[in-house]
Amino acid sequence: MELSEHIKTANVEDVTLRRPFHPALRGTLCVTSHHLLFSDRKDEASWQLLILLKNIDAIEKRAVGSSGTITIKCKDLLVLQLEIPGMEECLNIASSIEALSSLESVTEMYPFFYRPSHLTLNGPWGLSSTEQYYKQTERLWDRWRVSTLNSDYSVCPSYPSAVIMPREVDDDKLIRSARFRQGGRFPVLSYCHHRNGMVIMRSSQPLTGANKKRCKEDELLLQAVIDGSELGYIIDLRSAQQAQQARMTGGGFESKSFYSHWKRIHRHHERGKVVQESLIKLVEACSDPSHSVDRWLSKLENSKWLSHVHSALSTAGLVVECVERDGHSVLVHGSEGTDNTLLVSSLAQLILDPASRTVTGFLCLLEREWIQAGHPFQQRCAHSAYSHARLKQECPIFLLLLDCVWQVWRQFPLALEFSEALLLRLAQEVYASNYGTFLCNSEQERCAAGVKENTHCLFQSLLRPDIEEQYLNPLYEPTDLAIWPSVHPQSLQLWTGLFLRWTEYAQNMEEAREEVWSIVKEHHEQAGPDRTNNTLSTHCDTLTPFENLMDELTIL
Amino acid sequence: MEHIRTPKVEQVKLLDRFSNKSVIGTLHLTATHLIFVESNSTSAQEIWILHHHIASMEKLSLTTSGCPLLIQCRNFRLVHFVIPRERDCHDIYSSLLRLLRPVSYDELYAFSYNPKQNDQQREEGWQLIDLAAEFERMGVPCDQWQLTDVNREYKVCETYPRDLYVPITASKPIIVGSSKFRSKGRFPVLTYFYQEKKAAVCRCSQPLSGFSARCLEDEHMLQAISKANHNSRYIYVMDTRPKLNALANRAAGKGYENEDNYSNIRFQFVGIENIHVMRGSLQKLLEVVGTRSLSMTDYLVGLENSGWLRHIKAIMDAAIFLAKAVTVEGASVLVHCSDGWDRTAQVCALGSLLMDPYYRTIKGFMVLIEKDWISFGHKFADRCDQLDPDQKEVSPIFTQFLECVWQLTEQFPQAFEFSEWFLIQIHEHVHSCQFGNFLGNSQRQREVLQLKERTYSLWAHLLSEKQNYMNPVYSPSFAESHPVLEPSTQACHFKFWRNMYHQYDRSMHPRQSILKQVLTFKESNRELEGTVQALKTKLQKFGVSTSPLKPQTPPRDRSLPPRPQSLILGAPLLSRKEVQQEEDEEVFGEEAREDAPASTDGERTVEGSSATENGYGELTGSFGSKNEPAVVTLEFGVARMTC
Repeated sequence: MELSEHIKTANVEDVTLRRPFHPALRGTLCVTSHHLLFSDRKDEASWQLLILLKNIDAIEKRAVGSSGTITIKCKDLLVLQLEIPGMEECLNIASSIEALSSLESVTEMYPFFYRPSHLTLNGPWGLSSTEQYYKQTERLWDRWRVSTLNSDYSVCPSYPSAVIMPREVDDDKLIRSARFRQGGRFPVLSYCHHRNGMVIMRSSQPLTGANKKRCKEDELLLQAVIDGSELGYIIDLRSAQQAQQARMTGGGFESKSFYSHWKRIHRHHERGKVVQESLIKLVEACSDPSHSVDRWLSKLENSKWLSHVHSALSTAGLVVECVERDGHSVLVHGSEGTDNTLLVSSLAQLILDPASRTVTGFLCLLEREWIQAGHPFQQRCAHSAYSHARLKQECPIFLLLLDCVWQVWRQFPLALEFSEALLLRLAQEVYASNYGTFLCNSEQERCAAGVKENTHCLFQSLLRPDIEEQYLNPLYEPTDLAIWPSVHPQSLQLWTGLFLRWTEYAQNMEEAREEVWSIVKEHHEQAGPDRTNNTLSTHCDTLTPFENLMDELTIL
Repeated sequence: MEHIRTPKVEQVKLLDRFSNKSVIGTLHLTATHLIFVESNSTSAQEIWILHHHIASMEKLSLTTSGCPLLIQCRNFRLVHFVIPRERDCHDIYSSLLRLLRPVSYDELYAFSYNPKQNDQQREEGWQLIDLAAEFERMGVPCDQWQLTDVNREYKVCETYPRDLYVPITASKPIIVGSSKFRSKGRFPVLTYFYQEKKAAVCRCSQPLSGFSARCLEDEHMLQAISKANHNSRYIYVMDTRPKLNALANRAAGKGYENEDNYSNIRFQFVGIENIHVMRGSLQKLLEVVGTRSLSMTDYLVGLENSGWLRHIKAIMDAAIFLAKAVTVEGASVLVHCSDGWDRTAQVCALGSLLMDPYYRTIKGFMVLIEKDWISFGHKFADRCDQLDPDQKEVSPIFTQFLECVWQLTEQFPQAFEFSEWFLIQIHEHVHSCQFGNFLGNSQRQREVLQLKERTYSLWAHLLSEKQNYMNPVYSPSFAESHPVLEPSTQACHFKFWRNMYHQYDRSMHPRQSILKQVLTFKESNRELEGTVQALKTKLQKFGVSTSPLKPQTPPRDRSLPPRPQSLILGAPLLSRKEVQQEEDEEVFGEEAREDAPASTDGERTVEGSSATENGYGELTGSFGSKNEPAVVTLEFGVARMTC
């Protein structure tokens, strides 16, 4: 079935659009295969609203007399209302939106059709590959190598084709280790600390099962990771009880007797459905009209969203402590190793590694730790906070990461090169995008669908100088230090920039931010060491010869 | 000094509030301060606690390491000392007990504090705020409002100021009659005049109406207020109490206005709780946020149960109602509660702040406090426990007002000339008794104490370091486009004020400050502009035209100018030894330390990382367990930076 067959009514005139904090507008509504387009009827300077259908999370229809109202709730949390004259048109539009916003076939999605004139499809896709990362990271060369055993994705379907492994462990052992780990996700290098060479590894749970199976190769692999140093830490993202229970279904944990040099610490993290429901409750609480403080606080608490933020940052802090302060290597895993594992390992890197705090560095981190590492974006981000569809595999772990990064930025506003705007943009793109970056669930799927050949890369486009500028933090001052966020509940806050994004409040904040920008710009213009239009030095330079002259005159 | 038995104790341990960390140092007791100096010479932290700031002390039972002494301060600092010898602890405790309960006003710090100013400077300090000029700015006296001399000798109302503004049609007999019908004689007077609509905000105390009593003069008084405003046929009477409280007061011969007896009034209850509820609420709040290793759930539940933010919102809602009635409907409003010096002050002051951009400037905010709080007799001495230890009179009413203003600064980052440090500093000094402004309960009492002759004014002090309190993103044009602030009353906009209630808990604060950074930039922009101007003038002297200037040589590298020394947040810790300055240093000194550049030092655990207390977890147990000596000393990181 062609996409266009879903469209029974393509155009409606005289539609009224209502948005929060804006006057209602009348204009024409248009449905295309991928977009909803509204444009007001003024000829000159006409205003348009273009919404990706994929951005629409839920719609509600209501009949009022002969006309209908459609409420559109977007995945970026915007809520719109359209008043459409004519009941039939209204129903047609609604059913088109419903059908077209929930397409499942990747190649039918908009990134495969997005062809802006300034971008070409030829050329490398993405920012970096495992091989390139290895080449650039000199500290790895001694003890680590790139293994391409997964080049046909047969060892681990969700891993990229190349991974970084200890030199002394050969590919055969890795294959055995992979068989011993859920989904084949054997321990791979995630980060090597630039100050002491300690590493963060990540994997999925070992398949020890009820009868405590063991795998010599897996043990050897982990032994090789710590390379003679006496201790490593396994941060298991489940409670001890949950880990025990996992054995009943074939999973399990690394037992002390077989992994004698590793110490295991359990930290409970919620996952899957629970986190998705948190998001739903939180968004609901944010739009609660009751204005009662007690009700708000109890709903906020009940959503547990901030508790998830709290645990993610705490565990990341724990990993950083092991690596940075105590000088031990760490292995992080939960069950599948595709969600909380990535959350913790990437947060730990942000805290530890100054390189991951630049715009490029952060995007590379996301590419390495989320895209290439096989976070199932398509499943996790199929729906957002408004959808009434039965939950399948949705889970806003990536949004949780962005929230945690925002908390770090709040506490260290000078340490990140990027601003909140970048996080907001990513929060939007991950659910609906013109670009192919967040399509599919793994490298293998992306390969099969031809994502790299047929779509544009978001990260590359964000790094174009004119675009990147919008996402820079004007106050950025690079620091080499680790930035440990405080995790007292009093230090964590609701991410108003995201959750109250479409309110007047956001407008005031934006204006204040612009003011900060202009102060900083003025500062750079006047005192910036490397600007040519530096007024102060210009004047000084003009003055110097005169002063010299004066001096000579005085001497005479 | 005769009360100090042990002026100095060594080897005292200071425990961190949220962790197991501690430092050793020496405790000094002076006539005005308790001072702790850390022994470790590299960091040598100093803590100065003014006796007046101490709210309560507790001597805990003796432990193996010594005798614990817990001190809770009114500025929400909490210190926990362990003193090795029980004897010393007892001496310190009993000396402090005497020192922090002054029996007469003369013992308050303000009367001995001397900032090395001469009498003329002192006098000028007191003349900074002129309330007559303030009423003139509002457009009063005018054809409808006049200054009355009825209270010149404090004969009609002891707790009101001498100068009062009333409608021209309110004659002396009416005023006197009305005052007799009002609790404590606090009859309706003008506090703010909204010139644009000629609408007035008046304040008073509750009427002594009981179940049926009425007073014609009082009815005339309200009539006069109503008549003074031609824009509206009615006036609002806001009773800021919950209806139940007002009803209960009727049994005691007090109560509220009966709409049948007063023509053209619209009566409205607002529902702000009384001082006792507020005191209890703050106590609950402090208990919750003072808990060690607090979970997110317990924090949010505790915040809700304390009711604190609900009370803050109730005050804000009342102020918004007031501002709307005046600016939108153009109606005059009469505000009262029971005695008209707590809730009434909160609502009138906050309402005026919403209506008038002037009160959102540094000078204007001082005027506002002087007018609605100091002159109209908010009982600072009782509420802030300056002298008389009647704990039932203590209540954080003024703190709530400051917090409401802070909530507004969060919603409108560009609307205020000052930053939150200004509010926090005022709060600090309301309790410090270092300046004369807030001493006593009424203007009359202040005159008896001769405060203007014997003490210094806080406002002069704050203005002298104004640059520390500036909001760098303040935009006067915002005031033009938003003369009246319309804050959102959605509950999610009411936040916990961490910098107030955890001011001294370093580990909770952001490690870097946008505010400080932007202030620094702005200051240096200003300085550079000055330099450029000076250079231009010089060039002109040489006869060179400065306007289209082209660089003759490529500009050389210039490092950024040094940060202004005076900046609060970046203040170097030079002058900490000076008692006079110690107050400000206390507030911001700790921040300053965190912000010391992280580059050069040998010790890399910079950036305000006292660490430990964290929340990375209950890991101490699981992590540093017995057979792992390598990790026993794990300290769990609080926000900090290391390398």
